[in-house]
Amino acid sequence: MNSSIIVFPGSNCDRDIAVALEKLKFQNTMVWHKNTALPKSDLIVLPGGFSYGDYLRSGAIAAKSNILNEVIKAANKGCLVLGICNGFQILTETGLLNGVLLRNKKLKFLGKDIYVKAVNSDNKFCNKYKQGQILRFNIAHNEGNYFTSKDHLKQLEDKNLIPFKYCDEKGNVNEENNPNGSLNNIAGIFNDKKNILGMMPHPERMVDRMISNDDGFNLFASLLN
Amino acid sequence: MKITNAIVEKHGLKPDEYSKIKELLKREPNFLELGIFSAMWNEHCSYKSSRIHLKNLPTKGKQVIQGPGENAGVIDIGDDDAIIFKIESHNHPSYIEPYQGAATGVGGILRDVFTMGARPIALLNSIHFGSPDHPKTKTLLNGVVSGIGGYGNCIGIPTVAGETKFNSSYNENILVNAMAVGHANKNKIFYSKAKGINKSVVYVGSKTGRDGIHGASMASAEFDENSEDKKPTVQVGDPFTEKLLMEACLELMKDKSIISIQDMGAAGLTSSSVEMASKGDLGIELYLDKVPCREEGMTPYEMMLSESQERMLIILEDKKEKDAKKIFEKWDLDFVVIGKTTDSNNLTLKFKNEIVGEIPIDALASKAPLYDRKWTKKKLPEKKINVKDLKKIKLEDAFLKIISSPNQSNKSWVTEQFDQMVMADTVQRSGADSAVIRIHKKEKAIAVAVDSSANYCKAHPLTGGKQIVCESWRNLISVGAKPIAITNCLNFGNPENTKVMGEFAECLIGIKEACEFLEYPVVSGNVSFYNGTNKKNIDPTPVIGGVGLIQDTKNTINHILKKEGNIILQVGKTFGHLYQSVFFKEIYSITEGPPPDVNLANEKHNGEILLKLINKKLITSAHDVSSGGLILALAEMCFTSEYGLKIGKPQKLSNLMEYYFGEDQGRYLLEIEEKNLTVVAKILNEYNIFNESIATVQKDYFEMLGEFKINKNDLCKMNNKWYNNY
Repeated sequence: MNSSIIVFPGSNCDRDIAVALEKLKFQNTMVWHKNTALPKSDLIVLPGGFSYGDYLRSGAIAAKSNILNEVIKAANKGCLVLGICNGFQILTETGLLNGVLLRNKKLKFLGKDIYVKAVNSDNKFCNKYKQGQILRFNIAHNEGNYFTSKDHLKQLEDKNLIPFKYCDEKGNVNEENNPNGSLNNIAGIFNDKKNILGMMPHPERMVDRMISNDDGFNLFASLLN
Repeated sequence: MKITNAIVEKHGLKPDEYSKIKELLKREPNFLELGIFSAMWNEHCSYKSSRIHLKNLPTKGKQVIQGPGENAGVIDIGDDDAIIFKIESHNHPSYIEPYQGAATGVGGILRDVFTMGARPIALLNSIHFGSPDHPKTKTLLNGVVSGIGGYGNCIGIPTVAGETKFNSSYNENILVNAMAVGHANKNKIFYSKAKGINKSVVYVGSKTGRDGIHGASMASAEFDENSEDKKPTVQVGDPFTEKLLMEACLELMKDKSIISIQDMGAAGLTSSSVEMASKGDLGIELYLDKVPCREEGMTPYEMMLSESQERMLIILEDKKEKDAKKIFEKWDLDFVVIGKTTDSNNLTLKFKNEIVGEIPIDALASKAPLYDRKWTKKKLPEKKINVKDLKKIKLEDAFLKIISSPNQSNKSWVTEQFDQMVMADTVQRSGADSAVIRIHKKEKAIAVAVDSSANYCKAHPLTGGKQIVCESWRNLISVGAKPIAITNCLNFGNPENTKVMGEFAECLIGIKEACEFLEYPVVSGNVSFYNGTNKKNIDPTPVIGGVGLIQDTKNTINHILKKEGNIILQVGKTFGHLYQSVFFKEIYSITEGPPPDVNLANEKHNGEILLKLINKKLITSAHDVSSGGLILALAEMCFTSEYGLKIGKPQKLSNLMEYYFGEDQGRYLLEIEEKNLTVVAKILNEYNIFNESIATVQKDYFEMLGEFKINKNDLCKMNNKWYNNY
């Protein structure tokens, strides 16, 4: 499977994802933001970091970069797109995903391990997870508080477009276990066609037991399925 | 402009120092030159009060590639891998402007590390604030913590360890020390020494603005009631540009274009150009019209003294300009040739086709003032208290009060504001005795820790100096690392005060003795004097950053209890020393008396044998016993574990308080599987190391037989609540 990781100035999880993808034998290419063409890709990853310093809204400048035009074209043709953390923010800024990521409810950067529940596993990104499986991921963000319109939220729930919800270690999804204030404990969402996934937690940090655990491994493994 | 006495004083120069300048120049300096002398001769850049003492520190060792004197220290960890690290203070700016002060502290120390060719892999910090009820503390704590996070998180280097402490001695002068650790190929290390004449001097990075002018001089004076006015001397950080600068520099370093490279830190363009020329025994000529400026109409004085961040000076090999420029253009950074090396041994500054300043390099560097300041020795305080005479308190009450006090509380409020996991090589995060970082794509890892014990150093600087080195050593041993070398950040008050100078001199003797004995050399560091306001000095606070090696990452251990039924073995003897303990301070507000004695032979012996046991996989978890004594150490093993402990009564020592809260040195707690107990005890006994079983791992409860029994979750809640309620 061919993957492309888009590298913006200020991306800082690009290497981590590359390592994770290489572990699963993806044929990966790093693609510089100034490029105007994408290599042939089955998967495009928008990595975490602080693209362009995030000095405007997070992800806003990256959404206007050269390469994003190509990413949008490919996504519309059905190419798989994964946006993690800043990548998720970029996806909402481009409009490929609806909604916005507001500042965390406590207005502080949050770097810690949290639990998410794989609420919907019937899709390209999560098919290796059991429905309802509880996963420990790491989050590290200032703006991860997902917000959207009532109508869109209803659509997300009704059409099973929410793959991950924040929960506690036993799987209880409630406000107490919502680290950043996201609506309905949303940790990640799909577009309607489920070929685009944006998520705040970092699965690429969870592919090695020596470092953390391997709860993120199956997200990448699902893509190969 | 005529240089008057008032102008000289404003530049922080003493009258006799100004006379020396005239003598060295054989004339009066002009205003620009005076500014440059002021920047180079202040305490922060010249180390004029400390050099005479620093030279006694042990700086060499089998694994030392580069000791103090470069941007950072370099150690060899085998297989062509080198670790480059340094700690630095940003105390004064952080007190004036906590967010930017702390952020640029992180930025500055990162540049010191990647300037030498290393990719930074870890950040650490040691931050000291005033009393929690001081009106400024909350704002300062908030600002500093988000500043450290803001910079490190953005540039994408994990912040993996640190210490946060409160003490009224820092009410008017907080401490913000940041440490950076990088990894490089040992054959590709870059130094600041210039070589060759007529080589291009290139300016890269951000543009020069009017921020931070005279920052280093500001950091070389005490604060007074007008300190707020000094805000313009604080620099503003831009971690995004630093990320670009770091990637561009590391890209350029892949081939052989660079002769020498130096970051523009304190005293900016002045100190970077002078240091490069001075080390290379050359002259340097700068064309100031070419310096990229953020604002129009900047004067040579402003350009030379600006401390704008994220800038570097590079001396390039011939014919490498074009390729080098391409790299910096790719990253959208300025790249301008602003000068050349010369054989004049002068710093020559040209502006609008005129020489606007010319100073012999040695006048700024090797001939800078050097003081052997007067200092007084501190006697070991006497032991005047009999514990039996103190008002009785229940062990449980004392224990619970201590674990919920600000200094002993869980610090996740701080550490959760840091990205600890980016780069995906963090094996062990904050909260352990040391953080552990795997070397990317290799089997080995390094352990890193920062430590300080200001109250011990205040009570008896010589013992305190030894103690912090030993504590650093123990923290590395406890995770299974072989300690290799340290960096130190020496935070003290006004060196013109003989008592403060004595604290400095004696702490350094202590550090030297311990480092020599443990073969744990000092490879880099930083001195910060004049920490105080209106003649009130801070407690002496040397901070030690230690680095150790774990040959096989799989052998890393931590302090978290692992299995029900396992035995806790105490290693090293408990005498019950309560002076300078957390117990005395928190429960009785007693701050008198001597710190615990340090026995270097025991430390070394205990540490080395323990490391052997860890490498033989006989130890399940280990924890160093430090402030708070045995009981705190036992509780810390429970906090992040799913298990609790059943603790037996001590057999010999009569006083429970002395036994559980005493802060005797050289001790560890080991969790051992029952089947290994005999063999571990046998080895320890063979080596004459005191050991005794004191507790058993159990479910759910932290229990002291005959005293109290608390649900472990309740214990954690008490330990967690302070920050969240502050």
